[in-house]
Amino acid sequence: MKPGTLSTFLARGAIWGFIVLELIFFSIAGQFFSVSDNAFLDPANMLLLLKQSAPIGIIAMGMTIIMINGNIDLSVGATFALAAVVLLDSMTWPFMAAMGDWAIPLAWTFALLTGAVLGAINGLIVWKTGVDAFIVTLGSMLGFRGLVFMYNGEQPTSHLNWTLVDFAEAQFLGLHTATWFLLGVTAVIWVVMHRTIHGRNAYAIGDNREAAINAGIRVGPHMMRNFVLIGFLAALSAVVFYSESGSVNPNDGQLYELWVITAVVLGGTKLTGGSGSVISTLGGVIAIQLLRKGLGHIGADTETVNLVIGLILIAVLFLDRQLNVKGKEALRT
Amino acid sequence: MADVSDKRPATSETGREDSKMAGLSKASVGTFLAKQGILVAFVLFIIGFTIANPRFIDPDNVLGVVRSSAILGVMALGVTFVVISGNLDLSVGSMMSFSTIVVLDLHDKIGPALAIPAMFAMTLCLGAFIGFLVGYLRLNSLIVTLGMLSAIHGLTLTYSGGQNMDIADKSGTWFSVFGQGEALGIPVPILMFLALAAALGVILAKTPFGRKVYAVGGNGTAATFSGIRRARVVFACYLISAFCVACAGLIQASRSLGSQNTVGQGMELEVLAAVILGGASLLGGSGTIFKTVIGVLILGFIQNGLLLVGLQFYVQYVVTWIIIILAVWLDIAAKRGRLWSPIA
Repeated sequence: MKPGTLSTFLARGAIWGFIVLELIFFSIAGQFFSVSDNAFLDPANMLLLLKQSAPIGIIAMGMTIIMINGNIDLSVGATFALAAVVLLDSMTWPFMAAMGDWAIPLAWTFALLTGAVLGAINGLIVWKTGVDAFIVTLGSMLGFRGLVFMYNGEQPTSHLNWTLVDFAEAQFLGLHTATWFLLGVTAVIWVVMHRTIHGRNAYAIGDNREAAINAGIRVGPHMMRNFVLIGFLAALSAVVFYSESGSVNPNDGQLYELWVITAVVLGGTKLTGGSGSVISTLGGVIAIQLLRKGLGHIGADTETVNLVIGLILIAVLFLDRQLNVKGKEALRT
Repeated sequence: MADVSDKRPATSETGREDSKMAGLSKASVGTFLAKQGILVAFVLFIIGFTIANPRFIDPDNVLGVVRSSAILGVMALGVTFVVISGNLDLSVGSMMSFSTIVVLDLHDKIGPALAIPAMFAMTLCLGAFIGFLVGYLRLNSLIVTLGMLSAIHGLTLTYSGGQNMDIADKSGTWFSVFGQGEALGIPVPILMFLALAAALGVILAKTPFGRKVYAVGGNGTAATFSGIRRARVVFACYLISAFCVACAGLIQASRSLGSQNTVGQGMELEVLAAVILGGASLLGGSGTIFKTVIGVLILGFIQNGLLLVGLQFYVQYVVTWIIIILAVWLDIAAKRGRLWSPIA
């Protein structure tokens, strides 16, 4: 066995092992402390869990590519909110209202376009100015949030369309619409990362940007495409979520970037870029949602979740450094 | 420099950029702009807003702006140390909520004279924990402080049980002096901000410790080889940051004498924006306390100026966005000698 094989295996499988541990723990603890009569492993409960992880999960898929690139995007929460506002507000425009249910695909298109354009703005700035993505998206996190407020003041934007609600609450083969979107996005991004040149370039750029440039990869446009993608996915997440809820507050989506990054890091993606996997990110997303639901199930206060997730994130970082040979160098600041 | 003259025709698409590039190619002007550009921008802002509304430089208004920026400013001072040492601190917002809630709670239980040191001790413990993780265990500071942001938020909520914290007897306590008091006609928060800025500015610029902070952030390996204990310096930087957060929490608590659990939420990024605006590089090794103070004041005055010219509160977010990007862009453009990024 080559050195590092075991540690790589452990690092890859760790998130799924963690999920299994969580399931066992909450099932057993649920017997004693549960505040509800249902078992934690109740299928309906698990299906609901998948549905609830969709908003964070869909964005996390985009964040995985961004972080494999060695970048980061802090503006996804604000993009999420702006796309939601556009989605709900556009359906009340007179010409849209006159179209009946045909307004729905158009409103979706507007919202998704909004996300893609916001992502393109980020990407273009990163590409053309060479300012670090952390600073660029830190700025646009404020800026996009400002746009949300300028759009509709501090009022919530609401519009309920029952066709849309029915669609969002529908179940196909037992899974909710949102779950299908999450799985679909995961599958598409997996194909992109492992079966296309774009995916290969993403790893190459994150691993060694200089080498990638020398190998003839056009790094700037590549990164810009990824920012467009994550903007699009943030909007898609908003579309899926707000089709059902029908009302958005201007503060919605705040701290989403932190949840998303937590999920991606739990899934084993390195901040320094060059490694990471979409499937593990899905694991990270599910692990977080399990923790939230599980702690609620055994009657812990919701506030405990923040404490536990923060400490787990740090513990994972520590264990990862101990287990993963490559991580030992990469994670040193 | 040959590179600059080669690329200039390609990059000068408009007259304005042309003049900028011409300025950059003249070493002295370029260096001045790179070093003091933020100061120039600050002066231009003040002049612009004053023309738009003369009330802008009214002493009362100026004092008001500085006073409301003091909490953000005090936190930014500590974060400046952390950023110069090459790390990040995203936990200051939730840590500030924590210290505010703790001091308000203890105020009624053990009295203000004991509550304040107790709160400082607890906040410093949190800072020491982060410093231990980042300094001694060498974990990535972004993830550690991201985790601590969430963890401390949870800790605060657990501590308060999710309730708002209020002081029972709001008029009969001397505790309000830190946030509402005045000395020599100047509000106490401003005095605290200035005193801390002066003290930390001297520590950073004039002491061996300050030089070690720059050395660790500039080139950690070289610093280690020259005998600097990197871990200890990073640890100290997080302690300083926690101390500043405790001061900010004290001002916040004393100003309102009651608080929500989420009072500092989102401030970590505003603080970072102020520090970056002041010209500190996220890669570490550069930045000064003075420039951070300028960064804080710019954010405060923009907010105030936009309100005075009749724009809504949230327009400042968009303006701040543009200013941050422009400031950092021009800063690195001056360093690399060309406006546009070289990545293909």
